[in-house]
Amino acid sequence: MAQTIQLRVSRYSPERDTQPYFQTYEVPVKEEWVILDALNYIKDQIDGTLTFRWSCRMGICGSCGYMVNNEPKLGCATFLTQYAPGPVTIEPLRNFPVVRDLVIEITDFLEKLKKVKPWLIHDNGDAAGEYLQTPDQLEEFRQYSMCINCLLCYAACPISGLDPVFVGPAALALAHRYNKDSRDEGSAERMAVLSHPEGIWGCTFVGECTKVCPKHVDPAGAIQQYKLAAAIDGIKQFLMPWGQRQEKQ
Amino acid sequence: MSHPGHASTQMSSAAPPSVSSPAYTEFHPRWYRPQVSTYWWLGKWAYVKFILRELSSVAVAWTVAFMLLQVRALIRGPEAYARFEHRVSSPWMIALNGIAFAFLLLHSITWFNLAPKAMAVRVGGKRLPAVLISGPQYLAWVVISAIVFAIIISRG
Repeated sequence: MAQTIQLRVSRYSPERDTQPYFQTYEVPVKEEWVILDALNYIKDQIDGTLTFRWSCRMGICGSCGYMVNNEPKLGCATFLTQYAPGPVTIEPLRNFPVVRDLVIEITDFLEKLKKVKPWLIHDNGDAAGEYLQTPDQLEEFRQYSMCINCLLCYAACPISGLDPVFVGPAALALAHRYNKDSRDEGSAERMAVLSHPEGIWGCTFVGECTKVCPKHVDPAGAIQQYKLAAAIDGIKQFLMPWGQRQEKQ
Repeated sequence: MSHPGHASTQMSSAAPPSVSSPAYTEFHPRWYRPQVSTYWWLGKWAYVKFILRELSSVAVAWTVAFMLLQVRALIRGPEAYARFEHRVSSPWMIALNGIAFAFLLLHSITWFNLAPKAMAVRVGGKRLPAVLISGPQYLAWVVISAIVFAIIISRG
C-alpha cells in the first residue's frame, strides 16, 4: 500500500475568489484513518487555512458531509484506504451555496425543516405526563428517526439542485417520522403543508437519497409512502366529504 | 516543514483566481452558488437510468396512440386494417416499436420495484419483505403475458 495519498481539496475564499479551485495535499495513509482524519492532518500539519465542519467523529452530529470522489459521504465514516492509491477529490456537498472551502450554507434547509413541523403535535398542548408506546408502534417510525441532518441526501438529490423550493428528502422523511408516531396528532397539519408540488409531489423518485444515507433512513421510501397516504386522503375527501367534516368535529 | 509522512502542498493550477470582492462584508460573506449543468444527469449511471425511466412515459403514450390507431383501423374494416398492417410492417415502424417495447419493460419493472417502497405493509408488527409486495405483481405480469401469448399462438 502506498505510504501517502493525494487529496485534491476544493478551496474557496469569499474574500479572494470568484470560484472554487483545487489544492492538492499529500497525506499519509493509515489503515484506521477516515477522510476526516486526513483533513484534520492537513489542518494541523500542512495548511491551517483549510476550513471544514466536523464535530463528533462518530456519525452522530452530521457535520462532516463532503463530496468524496463525487459521492456524498460522511468524512468520519469513510475510510481513506478504500481510495488508495488516490488521488481523492473532496468538495463541499453539492446543491448548497459554499461559504468557504468545504463549508456549506444550510439556512435554507433549516427553514424547510421548520416548515414540516418536526415535533410532536397533540391536542392537550403542554400537558405533562407519559405517552405510552408499544415496541411495535416504535418500530413504525424508528427508522425515520435515525436522521442526523447530515444533508448527504440533498447533495444526492438532483431535484434539490434543480428546484430550490423543493422541501427535500431529509425534511420530508422527518415529517413522515412524526406522522407515523402514535403519540402525534399533527399529520393533517403537515399534509396541508407538504401535499403540494414543493413538497412530496416534487419528488420524482430518483432514489439516490436512500442510497447515500449513512443511517439507512430511506427518505425515498418515506416520501413514496407519504404520497400514497396523500392520494388516499384526497380520494377519501372526494368520495366522503361529510366523513372528513365529522372527523374535524 | 519537518513532519514525517507528509509532503507539501501544491496548487493544481498556477494560482488561485484572485479578484477584489466589493460584495463582501464581514458578517455576510459572498457565497459561491454552483450552477447545475444541463447535462447533470450524464454524471452518474443512476441519474441516466432515472432520465430513461422518465422518458419511458413517452413510449407508454406512443403505445396507447398506436393501439388507438389499430382499433380505429379495425373498426373501419378489412381494407383499412390491411393498410394499417402494411404501414406498421415497415422496418422503421418495427424499430420504433422495438424501442418502445424496451422502454415499456423498463417502465413496468421500475414501477413494480417502486411498489414495496410506497407500501409499508406490516403484519404481526413486522414489515413485509419487498419481495412479497413486488413478487405477486411480477407473477401476475408473467401469467397475463403467458395467457395473451397463448391466445396469439393458438389463433395464429
